[in-house]
Amino acid sequence: MGGYGDVQLMREDGKRLDGRAVDEMREVEIKAGILPAAEGSAWVKHGLNIAVVAVYGPMEAHPRRIQRQDRAVLDVRYNMAPFSTSDRIRPGFNRRSREISKVTAEALESVVLVERFPRSKIRVEIEILAAEAGTRCVGITAASVALADAGIPMKDLLVGVASGKIDDIVVLDLDKAEDNYGQADLPMGIMPNTGEIAFLQMDGDLSPEEYELATEYNFKAAHEIHGLMKQALLDSASGGEV
Amino acid sequence: MNSEDTGAEQRLVVPGDQIDAPPGSQPGSGVLLRGESLVATKLGRVQVNGDTIHVVPTNTTYIPRSGDLVIGYVEAVMNNLWFLDVNGPFNALLPMSLAPWKVEFGAARQYMDFGDAVMARVMEVDETHSVVTTMKGVGLRKIKEGFIEEIPPHLLSLVIGSNGRTLQRIKEASDCRIVVAQNGRILIDGDAEGMATARSAIDIIVKTGHAPGLHDRLSSVIGGDE
Repeated sequence: MGGYGDVQLMREDGKRLDGRAVDEMREVEIKAGILPAAEGSAWVKHGLNIAVVAVYGPMEAHPRRIQRQDRAVLDVRYNMAPFSTSDRIRPGFNRRSREISKVTAEALESVVLVERFPRSKIRVEIEILAAEAGTRCVGITAASVALADAGIPMKDLLVGVASGKIDDIVVLDLDKAEDNYGQADLPMGIMPNTGEIAFLQMDGDLSPEEYELATEYNFKAAHEIHGLMKQALLDSASGGEV
Repeated sequence: MNSEDTGAEQRLVVPGDQIDAPPGSQPGSGVLLRGESLVATKLGRVQVNGDTIHVVPTNTTYIPRSGDLVIGYVEAVMNNLWFLDVNGPFNALLPMSLAPWKVEFGAARQYMDFGDAVMARVMEVDETHSVVTTMKGVGLRKIKEGFIEEIPPHLLSLVIGSNGRTLQRIKEASDCRIVVAQNGRILIDGDAEGMATARSAIDIIVKTGHAPGLHDRLSSVIGGDE
């Protein structure tokens, strides 16, 4: 939340600045298996966000101190390309990308059956090529598609979605202006089949009722995105056939 | 003939999908039991084997099991053992006591060096996935000639075919010695033309093996069988 200025984010006709209804998501496009060198990969366009994810492994975990004797570790690296926003981003890891890499790894660990690969590591590289608010959610969605594409066993797919509050109204899927000048942001990682939440962060204030509504919006969007993820995976799986 | 060999369409599932199965069905590989229902854990095709339901993944990595025949490349040489890349998550050990030669301590490099290919058998896999291989056994040796083709391990059953029929067809048409190792590597040894024929047949299987009509497509390269 960039601040609580007097920026008006809702139009008088009850729509948002970009013309969406309060419970309307930005357009989402997903492709799986786009990188031939990776074991699994995905490309996700969510509004103006574009993320590319590559998955490598399972492989021997190095350095050895990160090895776990009873399970695999997920080595997630979230990175925003220097050209992904209007201000150039200094290349390399920073505080924000470390935090997002960590929470993404923890979220994905609850869906990946890590106990199947003791002592090994699964490398997940998330590259944000274009950013317009909500990149961590796009990263999670893309990483989950790439992991499934790599044949890594998972108990469910994980969908990253966010809702928030602007002008005291709860809305689904914040865009850049709403993220910068809105009052709250509630990103979630949802397992659509089991209805479990693997990841939740909250920035700003929401009343219990607003939280309930935002969660409801998130679940609705998660089911929509899940359909697209499934389709992308099925297309990729049957793509090599005659 | 099983359904895989005929290339019959099987239902594709993604992780988390519930699989419709008759009551009492057991979860096989790539399937997990959630409450009463069976759930896929991998992207792949549903395969019913008696009362066990499997998901045959469309993409997977090789996980070594004891008894597997593997083709490995020497990745590192120590005084008394070799480390082999067997296409799995971890390098496998080949101690000099399990090599077919009498190797003196410190002389391992004289027998096999970095980059050499070997045919070995997985002897032991412990619960932390440490793999020990052996070269003592029939047909296990250092590979000195031929071509090693690498394919995704889950497609090996298509290359072999039911009762080894597809593999036999390729062998006969190409007049090559072909050894299929379980880690997705295939040794093809013969004259240049035969090796090219065998490789194009394997390529067809890898690219289009799951679609119906595989037999006819193969016939265009290796001729029809009687």
